[in-house]
Amino acid sequence: MMQDEPLFAASGLSKSYGTHVGCRDVSFDLWPGEVLGIVGESGSGKSTLLNCISGQLEPSEGDVLYRTQDEGMKSTQAMTEPELRKLRRTEWAFVHQNPRDGLRLSVSAGGNVGERLMAIGARHYGDIRNSASEWLERVEISTARIDDRPSTFSGGMQQRLQIARNLVTHPRLIFMDEPTGGLDVSVQARLLDLLRSLVRELGLSAIIVTHDLAVVRLLADRLMVMRGGSVVEQGLTDQVLDDPQHPYTQLLVSSVLMP
Amino acid sequence: MSTLVREHYNFAYLDEHTKRMIRRALLKGVAIPGYQVPFASREMPMPYGWGTGGVQVSAACMVPDDRVKVIDQGADDTTNAISIRKFFERTAGVALTERTAEATLIQTRHRIPEHPLSEGQILVYQVPIPEPLRFLEPRETETRKMHALSEYGLMHVKLYEDISQHGEIATSYAYPAEVNGRHVFDPSPIPKFDNPKLDNAPALQLFGAGREQRIYAVPPYTRVRSLDFEDYPFVAARAEHQCALCGALHTYLDEVIIDDEGGRMFVCSDTDYCNERQQANQETGNDAG
Repeated sequence: MMQDEPLFAASGLSKSYGTHVGCRDVSFDLWPGEVLGIVGESGSGKSTLLNCISGQLEPSEGDVLYRTQDEGMKSTQAMTEPELRKLRRTEWAFVHQNPRDGLRLSVSAGGNVGERLMAIGARHYGDIRNSASEWLERVEISTARIDDRPSTFSGGMQQRLQIARNLVTHPRLIFMDEPTGGLDVSVQARLLDLLRSLVRELGLSAIIVTHDLAVVRLLADRLMVMRGGSVVEQGLTDQVLDDPQHPYTQLLVSSVLMP
Repeated sequence: MSTLVREHYNFAYLDEHTKRMIRRALLKGVAIPGYQVPFASREMPMPYGWGTGGVQVSAACMVPDDRVKVIDQGADDTTNAISIRKFFERTAGVALTERTAEATLIQTRHRIPEHPLSEGQILVYQVPIPEPLRFLEPRETETRKMHALSEYGLMHVKLYEDISQHGEIATSYAYPAEVNGRHVFDPSPIPKFDNPKLDNAPALQLFGAGREQRIYAVPPYTRVRSLDFEDYPFVAARAEHQCALCGALHTYLDEVIIDDEGGRMFVCSDTDYCNERQQANQETGNDAG
């Protein structure tokens, strides 16, 4: 593997909805094994940016590059739709804020985890089921619940199930949109713990969008702060959070309540 | 009677422009086996669910020399079959038959005849829901894309769910199959017992869904493979009984409740095939199959 090239890169990325600007001139590189946090208030363009880089929205300007296994750095806009869809269910993963968007609620937990395996051609029931129970264990869901539907799960369990479902095909890059949103703090802490160990264990690269500074403090190596669609500050996480330079970052850091 | 009828109706009820439109869809369906071709389904003088799709396909294929057979759940004498047979008798004046071997055009609901089909025969299926992925993916735009890109993993999710809940693939009718190594299709609600008969059949098989406005086809001698798992292979299931009338051990059976004390009997669902065997048994004085 060539380590002198990033895994993923965005350059001059802009997205506008008519005259309204979603995000403006965003550039960054993501290296293998690195976790990038994107923070900012509601409406700052975080989700627009995430949708653009994960291929769900067409950017108005700029380019998104991904280092594919056999073709090297390739622009996602130059990829055909089948290529992009394949990438999204094999090498990429997307964890939605609301697990109901990322799960099939009418399909059992085991079926949810097995879906990506079957999508890439697994046709042995026993093997699929073994991988599914292995992954349920890894995300701390009792294997006794493998045949239960996710609609009977708690919010935290649903979120962990969504993570298992995404990681089962061993992706290289995972996009997360507010993975801890809507969970109470103790469940959040356990989920973060789990995410951190999985990311380190599997050597995943990740892009995490959140408004929660505690989440990025725990997970992210590097941080981008967004406001009004633009990146106002970026750098190492501890550096940005402990010594914020931009007035908006200073405001953001100082507005966190300490219990 | 039939000359009088033709003064009141165009041959086989539909006007010639409609037939041409349906034939175009049929040709496209034959050219791309298993692909669901949209067509401008017409209002028919019968309710949806009674075979409006099948009737339109039959009408578009029918010629005055045809001998038509209509079956419903294997039987020639049920309401649905009789109504459709009468419909074509009145509007097309074609010859009717109950014998599978003699028919040139067979419209069917829920069964493939037991008598082997031959070259030159056309089998028309009535289809309620043509999209095999529908109950897993409700968006039509998405299912079309999945067909276009051969993304059929989701179909196996359904079979996985069956095994995890029932210990075996419990889907017993409308069992999904892959046509010509490309499209996955819903063979209409025939029992999975009939799925092997789809494969490499000498007859032309046409499928019409009136409400959903789709036509698809399996041309003669086309490979049709029922989906399964390596460790849970496809099984063409039937009730483990003997037909009480003709003694057959190899046909698809209906369970008939005969009293209110739990009495029941199993009989062939294909009435024509059963009659044929009963006659043969009488002639040879032998009543076991």
